[in-house]
Amino acid sequence: MGGLQVETISHDWGARRALDAVSFSVEPGRFCALLGPNGAGKSTLFGMLTRLFAPRDGRIAVAGHDMAHKPLAALARIGAVFQASTLDPDLTVRRNLLYFAALHGLSGQEAETRTMAALDRLGMVERAGEKVAKLNGGHRRRMEIARALLHRPKVLLLDEPTVGLDAAARSAITRHVHDLAAEGLTVLWATHLVDEVWTTDRLVILHRGRVLADGEAGEIGRGDLTTRFLALTEDRA
Amino acid sequence: MTVETIAGIPSETGGFFRSHLLVAMRGILHREVLRFLGQRGRLVAALVRPLVWLFVFASGFRAALGLSITPPYQTYINYEIYIVPGLVGMILLFSGMQSSLSLVYDREMGSMRLLLTAPLPRWWLLFCRLLAGSLISVLQAYAFLAIAWLYGIRFPATGYVVAAPAMVVAAMMLGALGLLLSSFIRQLENFAGVMNFVIFPMFFLSSALYPLWKMAEASPRLRDLCALNPFTHAVELIRFSLYAKGNATALAVTLLAFAVLSLIAIWGYDPARGMTARKA
Repeated sequence: MGGLQVETISHDWGARRALDAVSFSVEPGRFCALLGPNGAGKSTLFGMLTRLFAPRDGRIAVAGHDMAHKPLAALARIGAVFQASTLDPDLTVRRNLLYFAALHGLSGQEAETRTMAALDRLGMVERAGEKVAKLNGGHRRRMEIARALLHRPKVLLLDEPTVGLDAAARSAITRHVHDLAAEGLTVLWATHLVDEVWTTDRLVILHRGRVLADGEAGEIGRGDLTTRFLALTEDRA
Repeated sequence: MTVETIAGIPSETGGFFRSHLLVAMRGILHREVLRFLGQRGRLVAALVRPLVWLFVFASGFRAALGLSITPPYQTYINYEIYIVPGLVGMILLFSGMQSSLSLVYDREMGSMRLLLTAPLPRWWLLFCRLLAGSLISVLQAYAFLAIAWLYGIRFPATGYVVAAPAMVVAAMMLGALGLLLSSFIRQLENFAGVMNFVIFPMFFLSSALYPLWKMAEASPRLRDLCALNPFTHAVELIRFSLYAKGNATALAVTLLAFAVLSLIAIWGYDPARGMTARKA
């Protein structure tokens, strides 16, 4: 089975339970929003989905590859955009992309072609030689998304990718990633902002390490997702 | 054996795996060299410290410290000549620590995640990063040796060649120590304290500034401590190699220390435990 499967993942940070038997799956080609307030466990879950650390219980599978047994195959099929920028501000735009390509085994003409194609899609070819430090926040984020797709992953993970961006950039990036899902990419988009979730999206609401709701956003929200989200999370505050 | 690829990217069973390892190594080395070249102040900062020791401290100590003939020296030498291998060691030591400092910084800033989430064995990614940092250290050491040469402190021509692998081994060992520290240091702020507890004892409790027989005159126990310090052996390895001579004990201890420190560092970076399990 493709897509992303998370099965009964639990994790503790010391005495605090960060994730408590979290389970959900995202079908191939679906945009899934992982909605939760700060401290819900989203970043902990992302750390496990990208194998920064391993879960003590449960199972993760990416495009059919078990993260515990085939970690490299699973990681090769993931594109990740972390909450904090992972770009090197002292290197040029092109060099940042080529570095990532090398980490994924791409080199020479293949890496160059994909890098320039990615920049072309972003309308940033002429900025290839500029240092990343000169780019604005929106361009950096779009560049990180393009970079995460260089190796043509099956699953794109984004951890609060719009943090720190203005409304226009936020809207543009949200739309862009929805378009990517429509083209067949499996997307898991972690956010605490309800307005980034579309009614047709798959939605998982995470609060205090537990899944409170899992289904289509329109059905869960019943016409007003903000109210519903607040009610769900406040009840358990 | 199945060969699964996504756009040429291998799984762990794939036949392209070896080339992927090498491509990633080249990418990591290239990135570190570019970063180093982009930070010209880093080279200057790395050279100022040993040059002050050489031009000021060693000149003042020349009269105070008489040195007898001990291998690898075949005649009386002045203190500036004695101290140069120790100052090369100092460059490698500080550079190794700086490299680990940048690892902690990268972790806080996020770019470490990019490295650790690449579809390659984590030990290989850390080894590549260690190798990259070590090569930068050795470049700095050669820049220092060039200035010392201009100052009149010269070694046999073959010594400059033989010293290269010796310095790489020493730099890898000290870099592995830095890697180990970075795996257990949670925040950047904690780093300064650890540096004081590691760098200074390591440097002063070694043969970098004075030969161990001199130390024994002051305190046999201190001499024994110095003899246990892997940095002493790294410095002696460099000292002998600069005269194109071997020192099997120094090489063995440095390699052993590298192996032990690397294994603990890799354990610290293991996804199931250590640093990454404690800090997202």
